[in-house]
Parts: sequence; structure tokens; C-alpha cells
Amino acid sequence: MADLRSSFAGITSPNPFWLASAPPTDKAYNVIRAFKAGWGGVVWKTLGEDPPIVNVSGPRYGAIHGSDRRVIGFNNIELITDRPLEVNLQEITQVKRDWPDRAVVVSLMVPCEEPNWTAIIKRVEETGADGIELNFGCPHGMSERGMGAAVGQVPEYIEMVTRWCKAATRMPVIVKLTPNVASILPPAEAAKRGGADAVSLINTVNALMGVDIDQMAPWPHIDGYGTHGGMCGSVVKPIALNMVSAIARHPATQGLPISGIGGIEKWRDAAEFMALGAVNVQVCTAAMAYGFKIVEEMIADLSEWMDQKGYARTEDFVGLAAPRKTEWQHLNLDYVVKAHIDEDLCIKCGRCHIGCEDTSHQAITSLKDGQRHFEVIEEECVGCNLCAVVCPIENCITMVPLREGDVDRRTGLKVGGHRTWLEHPNNPMATSPRPAKYAAE
Amino acid sequence: MSNEPAAGLAGRRISAELCRENFKDLVAPLHPNEARVAAERCLFCYDPPCVAACPTEIDIPLFIRQIANGLPVAAAKTILDANIMGAMCARVCPTENLCEGACVRESSEARAVEIGRLQRHATDALLASGRQLYRAGPPTGQRVAVVGAGPAGLSCAHALARAGHQVTIYEARPKGGGLNEYGIAAYKVTGDIAQAELAYVLAVGGITIEYGKAIGRDITLANLRVEHDAVFLGLGLGGTNGLGFGEVPAGVSDAVAFIAALRQAPDKTVLPIGRNVIVIGGGMTAIDAATQVKLLGAECVTIAYRRSKAEMPASRYEQDVAQVRGVLIRENLVPVAFESADGAVSGVTFERTRSEGDRLVPTGERVTLAADQVLTAIGQTLLASDLADSGVSFENGRIAVDSARRTSLPGVWAGGDCVAGGSDLTVAAVADGKAAAASILAALQSAAVPEHAGA
Repeated sequence: MADLRSSFAGITSPNPFWLASAPPTDKAYNVIRAFKAGWGGVVWKTLGEDPPIVNVSGPRYGAIHGSDRRVIGFNNIELITDRPLEVNLQEITQVKRDWPDRAVVVSLMVPCEEPNWTAIIKRVEETGADGIELNFGCPHGMSERGMGAAVGQVPEYIEMVTRWCKAATRMPVIVKLTPNVASILPPAEAAKRGGADAVSLINTVNALMGVDIDQMAPWPHIDGYGTHGGMCGSVVKPIALNMVSAIARHPATQGLPISGIGGIEKWRDAAEFMALGAVNVQVCTAAMAYGFKIVEEMIADLSEWMDQKGYARTEDFVGLAAPRKTEWQHLNLDYVVKAHIDEDLCIKCGRCHIGCEDTSHQAITSLKDGQRHFEVIEEECVGCNLCAVVCPIENCITMVPLREGDVDRRTGLKVGGHRTWLEHPNNPMATSPRPAKYAAE
Repeated sequence: MSNEPAAGLAGRRISAELCRENFKDLVAPLHPNEARVAAERCLFCYDPPCVAACPTEIDIPLFIRQIANGLPVAAAKTILDANIMGAMCARVCPTENLCEGACVRESSEARAVEIGRLQRHATDALLASGRQLYRAGPPTGQRVAVVGAGPAGLSCAHALARAGHQVTIYEARPKGGGLNEYGIAAYKVTGDIAQAELAYVLAVGGITIEYGKAIGRDITLANLRVEHDAVFLGLGLGGTNGLGFGEVPAGVSDAVAFIAALRQAPDKTVLPIGRNVIVIGGGMTAIDAATQVKLLGAECVTIAYRRSKAEMPASRYEQDVAQVRGVLIRENLVPVAFESADGAVSGVTFERTRSEGDRLVPTGERVTLAADQVLTAIGQTLLASDLADSGVSFENGRIAVDSARRTSLPGVWAGGDCVAGGSDLTVAAVADGKAAAASILAALQSAAVPEHAGA
């Protein structure tokens, strides 16, 4: 049985599954339910200064639905906690006392002045919480007041506030990053320079979820008007994975502990984030869609997968995929794959054919001897993966690499060698261009 | 022979409440959320096998995508553009043998996309909206006679009216719709859908129906040809086969007439029903008659078919509809005589058969099954008298047509059950009417037509 215990920036928890700072962690009632369900830790919903902010009483959430109305994208315009600071602090104190083995981290957001940060941190320290997370991420509402993403989009501010916080507390300081930037690296570097013990990412993505074309207003709308919010859920996972991997392998930030956030719904999502370098993960949308019980699947199935793979502890696989993330220019241009359709699995829907025929390389048949038949035409196939992606049957279409010395029937050339763009003769900037390993015959 | 005395036929074997329950929708309409989930299962196949399997070639993936995207009325237009009787076809098509049978999800998961129910969802939405999608074209001054207001005739008439031709439909019965109105089990066509669809078709304008006008009785093909620029024959099959056992005892009747009477009865429970009913035949008529007589309170209902179950023209699904309602299907029984007592039927004697390839071999072994009511459903025929001396050519007892549904007579087209080589399906009749209309339109446009018409 795999050991799921996790230690993130010195904060221990019985498993790597935390609830992110969000509505599910706004008060003791919810957090206790989460701990009973098995969550390893929580980041308490962001605290601010009194008087508390005021939320809209209209719709706070919107969504993108997938098949069968599954929530695949989720959006919110809720602000930080709207409860008095003292109430939250008392509840945090009690919860941490009652659940000493679980991680309780407190998210914070106050105006960008050192005394404000110092003051609230002192209050949080008294609760016995395990750490603080600086909310430099929320892209809506608070950012209009110079907080949240308004800080996270300016590396100098990140560094400055992080430094204040580190100076003010013994607690580990986690900096939560916004994805609403051109590159995630300058903010991550700034956090590290400021002394952050860890970063967590991503916060939500600026988004307008839809338009009510009857009312002619953004959807959802409040008394006729809508505003952009922060989007999360499955649809943002690829954005988060890219940013996590960028920080994990960037020389200036390598080794900085990462808490992965963004569209994690199941064990496999967690395993992917961790393989790219996240030490633990934080979840919100999936819990809001299905309740806290989902953590049971995450715990049981991550453990099962680790047993199958022989990973005794999460550290054994964290970051293993990160070195394989690289830039396009380092990809092997001499590597050739061809699509292959498993005729036994094929249900003959023809989607591979029409996608390829209409939009790509005309490399899949639709008829053979007058019969409906879908087969790859290797002379045309560039190995783009479109057919495999659109095929409704998993593993029906696979991309099969040609072996060294095989002839690529599209180019008529033998396959082999390893040239990237940096060595390719077509690259005018190539410093050491090399011909193909096998010359044309 | 374990022959119980015939208890006699009687009505009111079930309460009005049970009757309502028994005759409610065989297949419930899809709830909007169900429809969305069902629609999202469609893979939007390339060169879709479901479309190829539809005689009217409805663009099924397109209309399903329109439902999934929230516009069922737009989906209905896609359906009706190809098949103006889409609402009825959604209910009566043997989809398991057509579109759904061809669905790639049927072969891969043994669960096709629910095309029939989705089609009903869309067409119901259109009918509920009260919107008329079609209107008659600018008048051409040309006149077409259509014989029969069934699916073939209505489909043909609608296409011709849209092109601006003046269409007169001659219908022998007091109501239109053909078998949709008279020949389908009541639980498949709840809510008077056949009349609602008929009204929708006629609302296009440019179509007049003359009820009570039967060809061969009130009108002649020769006259129709004189008075119109083209004639379409969609008269269906007016006759039914008998068993030919001589005198028919009381309690034996024709299943087609039974189904028609049931459909037209304001109160179904008053129809006289036996306790022990045998239905002879293996097609849809046998299934519809047997199932309905069971639902009306008959205690024991047996379908007796001369061949094996697997060879029944009624699909497996239809057989199941009957069987789960308590109808017993007995195979390899060919009727040889009615048994009677005091002039009333008391049973049917059958000879057991054996199928040897395509051949049916009698075994000589006989069995008599008790019955106080017998319904015969052994096939319908074109009444030769309907077209006597008309000069139209026949093939296997039905009207001979070419691929454009042209008969041997210039200016005369035909389609639906009355033509040879068909499949006796509503949807095939609609396809015939549509094909004939296309051919008629082409003919009326060309100079050659006037010399044909009125020849």
C-alpha cells in the first residue's frame, strides 16, 4: 500500500489532496465536513480586513457544460470571505486544534501596505495555522481595488509583499500566482526572490462565460449587467500544467515547491500535476460539482496506481515528467509516426476520415472495394494525431513510430537520425546544420 | 381437444381507467434533458449509415445536432424537408431495422442513438409551436389528382403544392391519413397525432381533399387522367386475404378491420372482445391486433404463425412489445380449419410445419387451439376492382412502377403499399410520394407532358 503522506514546504498532511482557497473552505462547517471526508488539508478561503467585503446576491457562478451537463468549465465572481475576520480566526483556531494531522493554511489578501500585511499575519499566527497563502491571483473584483491579480501581475509587488510577509512570520509563506500574465516565470521568480517557501498555481483565468442572447447581456448577469470572472475547472487544466512545468524546470525557480491547482477532478489529474513537479494539489471545482466524497476516489486510485507502478511514496514520482517538457526547437524532426486504425475496434463512424479529408492531409480512406472502410494512406499521413484525437473509441487509432531504416512512404526517405530545428539545414540560423542520416535514394 | 365452451364476445372487460393506462404512449416522449443527453450520443458520422438506411434520407446527424444545440424546431425543419410525415414516422417506423439498426453505436455498444424518439421530440416541438414551415408555391395552373390521402398521397401532394400545382386528393374514407389513421395500434399514435399531422400537411395550401370518393366506385382513372395534368395513385391495399375455409363462423373477423374500428371508437372498451383469442399471422397487423385485444382485457391471446418466429415479418422489437404484454407467440402452425359450436367459433385447427430453407413443410401433425375470437392478419391485397379496365399494368398483384414511380400509363404515377416491390412501411410510402412528385414536377415542366396527360 503506497504511502500518500505529503510534506509541502514543511507542512505535513496525510495525503496530497488539499481543498483550494474558495467557497468550500469559507467556514468551519464546510472544512470539518471536508476533513471527515478525508481531505488532507485546506487553504482557508481568503481573509481580508474588516469591515468584510460584500458579495453580489445575484448569480456568482457560471459554467461551461460538457456532455450530459457535466461542468467542465466553472467561473466565479465571488470575492474573498464576507464574514468578519474574528469569526474566521476563531473557527480556524478550533478546527486546527480538533484536526491536528490536517494541513490548515490561511489565504490572505489585504491592501498593499506593509503594516496591513504584518497586522493580519500576527492574528493568523495566533490560530495555530500551518502556513499562509498570499492571494495574488483573483482576477475579478478585488483586482479593481489593487489587490489579488493586480499584485500578481507585477513581479516587483509580488517580491515586495512576499518579503514583508516572510519578515513578519515564522509560518511557511506560499505565493498563489495568477495565470493572467504573458509568462508565469517572472512572477514565480519574484516570489522566490521575496523568500517564498512555495508557490501555488494557477488561480482562475479571466473569462466571460457566455452571452444571454435573449437579454443581450453577458451571462450570467446581475440586474442586467455582467462582468468578467475567474474561470477554473477541467478546461483550465492544460494552462495550469504548462505553467507548473515551466516553473519546475526553469533554472531560476527549480526546486521551489509547487502546489498544483487547476481542473483537478480525479487521481489521474493529480498524478499528472505531480509528475510535472507539483508536490501536492489543490481542488475546488470538482468538489463544488460533486461534493467532498470525490477525495475517496483520489486517495484510493492514486494509491492503487502507485502500487502498480512501484512508487512507495509520492516523492518517488514527483517531477519525473518535468525534464521531458522542452521547447519546440528541441523536438526531433527525424522522428516519424503514422496513424494506425485498429479494424477490430473501429465502429466506422468515419470521423477520422472527414476530419483528415476536409481539414488536413487526405490520408484516410472512406471506401475499400465499394465498402465503408477507413484505413490510413501512409503516403499522405504526416502523423498529426488529428484522427486519433477525434476518434470516439479510445485506442482505436494509435500513432505508430516508424523504425530506424524504414521508408517513410510520404517522403520516400529512410527514417532515422536525430536532428532538431537547431541542426536542420532548412534553418538559416542553424549553427551546425546536418544532412539527413539517410540520403534520398 | 380441451375445448372450453365459447364464452362469447363482450365489451367492457376493462375499466375506462385501465383502458387509459393500457393505451397510453407505447414509447414516452423524451424529457428535454433526456433529449439533450440522447442527442449528445450522436457521433455525427461521415456519410452516415443511418441516413443511408432511411428511405426518405432524412439528414439524421444534422437534426440531432440541432436538438443538442437547443433548437428542436429547426431540427424539425431538417426532418420535414426530407419527410413531411416525420411526426408519424418517428412513432411507427421500425427504426431497429432502419436508422437505429444502422447506427454505429448499435454495432459497437448494442445501443443505438434513439433516433426515433429524438425525431418525435423535434416534430412534437414544431407541432406545439404552431408554426407552418411551408406554403404553396405561386400557382402554375396545372392540376394533379392524387388518389388516397395516406402517407404516399400526402407526401406527393405536399411536394406538388409547394411547387404551385393545384392538387385534389380523392379519399375513399371519411378521414385522411390512410393507415396512419386506420391501421396503426392506438398506443403508438396517442394525442390524435395522425390528424394533427394531416392538418399540418394540408395547411401548406393548394390541396383539396374530396372525402368519400373511391376509385372504381365514385371516380375512374380514365376520368382523372382527362381532367388532370397528372395522376398519382396512392390507394393502398383495400382488400385482405381470407383463409378460404368456406363458411366463416361468428367470432372470426379481419384484424385490419378490428384495428381500424378500435382506432375510430370513441370508447375503446365497448369493442366486443373474446376471452380466448387467436390471431393468425406474423406481421405488424398481427402484433397490433393481438397486443390491443390483450390490452382490452382478453385473458389469453395467442399469435399463431405458420413459419418460425425468426421469419416473422414483425421485428423482434415488435414481437417483444406483444410478448411483454402477455401475448403468446406460437410458431410453425398453419391453420387448416375453424372449429365451431352453434355457429360461433370455438377453436382453430392447425397443422404443424417445419421450415426447410425457404420451404415450409407440413408435418401432418395437427393441433386444435380453443378460441372464442379469431382475428386473421394474413396479408392485404390490392383490390383489382379498384383499377379494373384502367389499363395500368400489374406485377405480383400490385401496380408496376419504375424507379421514378411511373406506371405503365403515361401521366400516371403510383406509390405506397399499392405498388409492387415495396416494403409496406409508412416511411417507404412517403419516399414513394416524394420520388413520384419529383418525377411529376419534371414531367410537368417539360413540353412532353400535355400529350401524355389526357391521352
